[in-house]
Amino acid sequence: MDSHSIIGTKNKKGQTFTDPYHLFFEAQRIPSFFTGSEVIKEAIRRASVDLMVAYPITPQSEAAALIGELYAEGYVTDYMRGENEFGVMSECAGGSFGGARVFTTTAGPGTMRAMENFPMWSGARLPIEMIVTCRGINSPLSIQPDTLEIYFLLETGMLVWHAETAQDFYDWILMGFMVAEQPDVHLPIAICCDGFFVTHTKDVVNLTPADMCLPPYDPYRSPVPCMDMECPPVRMMRDPFIMKSNYISYATHASWQQEVRAAIERSRKHTIPLLHGLIETENTDAEILIVSSGTAVSQGREAIRLLADEGLRVGLVKIKSLRPWPYHEIREATKHAKHIFVPEFNVAGWMAREIKSTIPDSDRVVVGPHVAGGMTMPPEVIVEHIQRTLGKSVATLAGRGS
Amino acid sequence: MIKRRINIRMSGLGGQGVVTSAHVMAMAASKDGRQAISNPFFGAEKRMAPAEAYVRIGIERIYDRGELVYPEVIEVFHPQVINQGKSYTMPFYSGIKRGGLVIINANMELLTDEDKQRLSDMEVAVYYVNATELALEIASTELSTNMGMIGSVAGITKCVSMQALDLALQDRFGKKYVASGGTATLDQAITKKFAKKELLLAKNLAVVKKAYDLGVEWAEKNHVELTVAAA
Repeated sequence: MDSHSIIGTKNKKGQTFTDPYHLFFEAQRIPSFFTGSEVIKEAIRRASVDLMVAYPITPQSEAAALIGELYAEGYVTDYMRGENEFGVMSECAGGSFGGARVFTTTAGPGTMRAMENFPMWSGARLPIEMIVTCRGINSPLSIQPDTLEIYFLLETGMLVWHAETAQDFYDWILMGFMVAEQPDVHLPIAICCDGFFVTHTKDVVNLTPADMCLPPYDPYRSPVPCMDMECPPVRMMRDPFIMKSNYISYATHASWQQEVRAAIERSRKHTIPLLHGLIETENTDAEILIVSSGTAVSQGREAIRLLADEGLRVGLVKIKSLRPWPYHEIREATKHAKHIFVPEFNVAGWMAREIKSTIPDSDRVVVGPHVAGGMTMPPEVIVEHIQRTLGKSVATLAGRGS
Repeated sequence: MIKRRINIRMSGLGGQGVVTSAHVMAMAASKDGRQAISNPFFGAEKRMAPAEAYVRIGIERIYDRGELVYPEVIEVFHPQVINQGKSYTMPFYSGIKRGGLVIINANMELLTDEDKQRLSDMEVAVYYVNATELALEIASTELSTNMGMIGSVAGITKCVSMQALDLALQDRFGKKYVASGGTATLDQAITKKFAKKELLLAKNLAVVKKAYDLGVEWAEKNHVELTVAAA
C-alpha cells in the first residue's frame, strides 16, 4: 500500500475506519427505535474511543453503563469508574494529555462539581468530548431537565452544542470528535441535550452502519505537545509558563485565553459543513419568531402547528451551537421579526439575554415562556404566551395542580 | 372522532410497569407504520411512588416531549392514583381534552359525583377495567397488570394493532434489554414466574388480548369513538 492512510483498514472488532464525510453523509442509514441512552451507546460504538470515564448520576447513568458494555465487548479501549465527578474530569484530562480520544457523560450537580476542570481542559487544549444530559442543579432536587448547567459552561472555553433530538445527538457525538480534534481548534466539546426528553424517550433514529467507525484520534496533530513520558512530569506546563515569572510567561497569560476563544471561532469552518450551519431556520420572513435551542425548539415546532391551525404564521430559529455563538446568523435570521419569543427550560432566561445582546432593537425579544425545576413546557403554554403578548384574549389553561 | 394524534398519559405507581407499557405501545405503533414517541416521568425510582409515562401516536412527525399536560386519554394503573393523590395532578384528570377517555384499573367506583359531573361536562368517557384481576386469572401474576392496561387502550382506540403489540412484546421481553437497576430487578422477577420465556410472552399476550377484546366490546356498546388516523 502506497498510502499510510488508516482509512479503509479494519480495527480489532472488524469495523472499517471510514472517511468521516462518507460515514456522515453517504453511508446507508438504518432506522432504529431506541431510547436516547441506547443511541449514545450506538454512537460511541462507532467513535473509536480510547477511554471512557464513568460515574453515576441521573439521567446519564444508563448511557454510562451501556458504554461499559461496549468496553466489555471490546469497542472502547479502556473504561474507568471515577471516584466522583471531579475525579472523572481529572482522569479524562490525564487520558487526553496522554494522547487518547476521551469521552465522558455528565449531568446537573455532577457537572457543577467537576466545573474547575473545564477551563483547565480548554486551556490545555484537550479535545475531550463530554455529553451533558441536562437536569436540575438546585435544591429542591430535580432529575428532570433544566438547562442552567449549560449556562455555566458557556465561558469555560469549550465548544458547546445543544441537541434537539436523539438524531442530533447521535450525529453530533460522532461529528463533535472530528471538529474538536482539528489542529486549529483542538478544544474540549460539551454536547448537551435535555435529559429524559432525549435520553429516556424512545424515538426513531437513523444509525450509520455498525461495521464502520471514525478514524482514530491522532495526538500528533495537537497544536501543543502531548504529554511525553520522556519529559516528565507534565510538559504542557513548561517551566517559564507558570505564574508570570518572566516576559514569555507574562505574554502567554495575556494572550492564551484569547487564543482559546479564537480557536472556538475557527471551529466554525469545520462545524458549518457538518451541522449544515450553526442555526436552522424556518419561515424567518414571518413577523413572529420562536428562537431557542434543545427541546424548547421541539415544543416550539408543535406550538407553530397549533398557531397555524388558528391562522397565525410563526417562524423558527433553532440554535445548534452556543459556542461558537452564531452572532451574524441570528442577526440575519431575526431581521424581519417584530416579536421574538424565546422559550427556555430554566428560570434565568439566559438564552433570551444572549439573543438580546446580539440583535438590534432588542426590545423585540419576549423573554419566555420559561419553565424551571424540571417542569414541562406544553406547546399550549407557548401558544398562550404568544397570544397574550399579541393582545389576543385567551382562555386560561387549566394546568397541572389546578 | 378520528385524530391526527392521540396523546396518552399513563399514571400509576413505581413497579407497576407504567414506563414499560408506554415503551411497548410506542414500539407497536412504530411497527404499525405510525409515528410514535414514549417517555417516562418520575422522581426517585421507588416502589409505590407516583410514576407516569406518556405515549404520543400520530401520523405526522412528533416533536412534543416531556410530561403530557393535555392528553386525550388517561390510564390509571392503580386506585391510589385517585384515592391517595399519587398523581402529579389533582384531580388526576386535570388537563384532559374535551371528548377524551379515562381508563381506570379498579374493581370499585372511585370517582366522586363532582368528578363524574366535571368529566361528563367535558364529554369524557370513563371505562373501568379490572386489569389486576385479569392478570392474576390469565398469567397468575399481578405483574402482568400493565398488559391489561395496554390491551384496554389499544382495544378502545385501535391506536395500535394486536399484531404489532405481539411483535413489540417479543422485542421487549424476548431479547436482552438494558434498563435501570429497578427495572432489571422487576424483569428478573417476572421472568422467574414463568418456566420459559415463550410462556412469559404467551401469557402476557393473552392478558393483552383479553383486555383488548373487552375494550372493543365496551367501545362498540357505548359508541365511544376516539381513534387515530391510519398510517
